[in-house]
Amino acid sequence: MHWTAPHFDMCTGVVATVTSQKSPRKDPGPSAPARRRPKLPGVLLKFVMAVSGAFLLLYLVLHMVGNLKIFFGGPALDAYAAWLRTLLEPAVPYEGVLWFVRVVLSVSVIAHIWSAVLLTLRARSARPVKYAGGNHKVKGSYAARTMRWGGVIIALFVVYHLLDLTTGTLNPNGVHLQVYDNVAADFAPSRWYVTLFYVLAVVAVGLHVRHGLWSGLQTLGASNNRRERPLKIFSAVFAVVLTVGFLAVPLAVTFGVV
Amino acid sequence: MKLNLKVWRQRDSVDKGRMVNYEVDADEDMSFLEMLDVLNEKLILAGDEPVAFDHDCREGICGACSMVIDGQPHGPQKATTTCQLHMRHYSDGDSIVVEPFRAGAFPVIKDLVVDRGAFDKVIQAGGYVSVNTGSAPDAHATPVSKVAADRSFAAANCIGCGACVAACPNGSASLFLGAKLTHLGEMPQGQPERYERVVNMVETHDDAGFGGCTNTGACATACPKEIPLDVISQLNRDYLKATVAGRRNRG
Repeated sequence: MHWTAPHFDMCTGVVATVTSQKSPRKDPGPSAPARRRPKLPGVLLKFVMAVSGAFLLLYLVLHMVGNLKIFFGGPALDAYAAWLRTLLEPAVPYEGVLWFVRVVLSVSVIAHIWSAVLLTLRARSARPVKYAGGNHKVKGSYAARTMRWGGVIIALFVVYHLLDLTTGTLNPNGVHLQVYDNVAADFAPSRWYVTLFYVLAVVAVGLHVRHGLWSGLQTLGASNNRRERPLKIFSAVFAVVLTVGFLAVPLAVTFGVV
Repeated sequence: MKLNLKVWRQRDSVDKGRMVNYEVDADEDMSFLEMLDVLNEKLILAGDEPVAFDHDCREGICGACSMVIDGQPHGPQKATTTCQLHMRHYSDGDSIVVEPFRAGAFPVIKDLVVDRGAFDKVIQAGGYVSVNTGSAPDAHATPVSKVAADRSFAAANCIGCGACVAACPNGSASLFLGAKLTHLGEMPQGQPERYERVVNMVETHDDAGFGGCTNTGACATACPKEIPLDVISQLNRDYLKATVAGRRNRG
């Protein structure tokens, strides 16, 4: 049961004289005399991306659920923020859990971006020429097509978000642990443009998750013919729930619900 | 019917190449390749160089034909190779853009002909099974479940044409790779080399200059043999088992 490769050298006429020419490409095969160091396998880079993405997604879910505390009133939100810092005390020091999470997140973000950059560079050289015909669009969903630039936008948003609601630098209130007041001042109706920016960023996160979750599951080998559709639907529903959950807070503040 | 063709012309692998407009009179019963044959006869009579393109069986089973028609490998018909695409799907006065497969690992040799030798290297790295040669084994000596046989057969439909690479925004051959790994990996005969195979084929795939998979599904849409996207999941799973889980070959 030997599989024979389809022979590509079987052309006739005009083509035959051409295919006999030697390709100018460097032969990277095992017969090449000096073997260069093998590349980091692309599949491995994909695993790095999927696993780091899984950590980031897990954090997003916890973050989203935590945000919803605002609907139980300002004191509930502030108490929740304080609890996050005293979590597992005295077994761990003050803010111990929080810093552990921050370190895991930072490592995940770096791993996610590092693998993405390497794979993007490889994709560029693996597909150097665009097609002239057709609609020029890369096939696949909108979410799939915007993963790379969407990721860049999300990264920039995260920087702004940290300066806004973590350090308080760009926040009009900006007092540490006065979470409700900070959020209320941030998304005040007069600052509608900030709310709008957050809405757009959260939608970008939703789109990223919509393709990223499905893609990650496929990368980790969880998909098969029967499960492919359910997994895609699950990812889409998951992304919508996450997006709505995150949108609820800024919109509720701007429209005076809380 | 009269057609306006825009065809990629490139003298050799070092030529820069350009699009050239041609007008051709085609019949709706012709296949796309026969339409190009008509164009080439016209070119030869006029003393011009004919358009070089790969073709062999013209029955949709050999994987030789390879062009991109209006931005789609093998043209707009689903599950159809270029040789089986018929001109009845076009109408009089249509403009058609014809280009070679575009991928770093598939350099253009001339006009619409690309060098797909990178696929041969990937196959050499693991597209085989070890069997005792000599007398034929008893027909049912090795039982195979229906599910495994069906899945293996669906993957074995791959004709190695390279449309998946041409369609992929990352120039990845993951669908091809997954098809070969699923084809052999679902069979008892494929087990001895199973985990060695996936590691070697992935390494050769990357070294040949193919990109990584982003699961857009463009490959499965373009595939003339409708290889399912889940073979890439199989490829990932086997690779995980072979590397992270350190699974060794049963043999």
